[in-house]
Amino acid sequence: MTATPLTDTRRLLSAEPMGALPRLSPDSLLALAEDAGLTGRGGAGFPTAIKVRAVTQGRRAPVVVGNAMEGEPLSCKDAVLLTRVPHLVVDGLAIVAGALGAHEAVLAIGPEIDPTAATEAARTRGVEVARLEGGFVTGQESALVNQLDGRPAIPGDPLVRVTTRGVDGRPTLVLNAETLAQLGLIARHGVAWFREAGTPEDPGTSLFSISGAVEQAGVVEAPRGSRLGDVLASAGPVHPVAVLVGGFHGAWLPATALDTRLTSHDLKPYGAAVGAGVLHVLGHDLCPIRMAAGIAGYLADESAAQCGPCINGLPRMADALERLADRVPDPGLPAEIDRMRLLATGRGACAHPDGTARMVASTMRVFADHVSRHLAGHCEVEGGRR
Amino acid sequence: MTRLHVDWTRCDGHGACAELVPELLAGDEWGFPLSRTGERDPEVPPALEEHAEHAVRSCPLMALRLV
Repeated sequence: MTATPLTDTRRLLSAEPMGALPRLSPDSLLALAEDAGLTGRGGAGFPTAIKVRAVTQGRRAPVVVGNAMEGEPLSCKDAVLLTRVPHLVVDGLAIVAGALGAHEAVLAIGPEIDPTAATEAARTRGVEVARLEGGFVTGQESALVNQLDGRPAIPGDPLVRVTTRGVDGRPTLVLNAETLAQLGLIARHGVAWFREAGTPEDPGTSLFSISGAVEQAGVVEAPRGSRLGDVLASAGPVHPVAVLVGGFHGAWLPATALDTRLTSHDLKPYGAAVGAGVLHVLGHDLCPIRMAAGIAGYLADESAAQCGPCINGLPRMADALERLADRVPDPGLPAEIDRMRLLATGRGACAHPDGTARMVASTMRVFADHVSRHLAGHCEVEGGRR
Repeated sequence: MTRLHVDWTRCDGHGACAELVPELLAGDEWGFPLSRTGERDPEVPPALEEHAEHAVRSCPLMALRLV
């Protein structure tokens, strides 16, 4: 997927480099994050202030990690940030690290992103750049900490939070590259400026990576709470049937729901969330079951292979979905998919099985008619039984 | 309130826990513990605390904890 910015905005993608960085106290950083209502832009959407507060409560100086692993294949907004406005991410990281009196500030960059510009920007800001090995789950916080500490890049037990014990055993604050860029801009321009865009509950802007059945794939910045169709418009959707919102761990919105606002409240009925801002358009020339089976198979292969239900359940779920895509005449397939989905959910160290199950559940729900026709041996895209 | 936590990064599906606290854990078709309450970490009622502690001590991979 190409990393083409579709529009320039005065916010992230056209920001000018800063001179001297604003110096903040831990309390003023916390107040900025809290008053801005900033949420993480890496996927989970967790309130940034809560993470910041957590690392200030440790006895040792924290480590601050900028997360630009971008393991989601449909996402390229962190790549755009780090190649177009690397100073914004680096400065955000340096401001946070300075405010918290951090022991170390590390920008972790995945293998899909060219680190040249970011390395240059980091040189004068006391930020270390770490090029790490990739994979879908390597950006998960504890997997990232493990890799930075020289251990295998797999998630740890969630009972021990990285904000308590992370890199080198220190409290560790892991923030997504875009979250850091947003924080850097908030420190520069203030909370009121940040809140001029978005909604009171979900303020600011977000980057969206748009791909699939569109005239031009790429990255667009839009206010939080924009309508899905408005965000997609600049990419030019071509005969959209549905949109996968939130990436491979996301959920589908049918094309009849393009006026839905991209807020957690409005997306909830679809089981979707903005996540890292991935919007993938499904056109009329691809079978949705085939597409979902491909994603589920990919995600099964990307398992860290350490938790039993994920190791066993994800391949079985993907296989049943593939058989459904192939119109195998087995009326038990939806029940088998459902069973594997429930066996995978909530039973792993990280959210990988849950996210995979969420995407599959959404597929079965949104494309229920398509599923029925497949069971009867017909697919309106691929034709009769194979 | 005490809960029984499975460390999935350690659990290898030996199945001892499901035998020792069947009220809280069943075994799935691969032998991995399956919460009977539907909660991620099932709540341990006071009457079952002793059994749960025994399960924690008996796990060959030390994958269970009371939290």
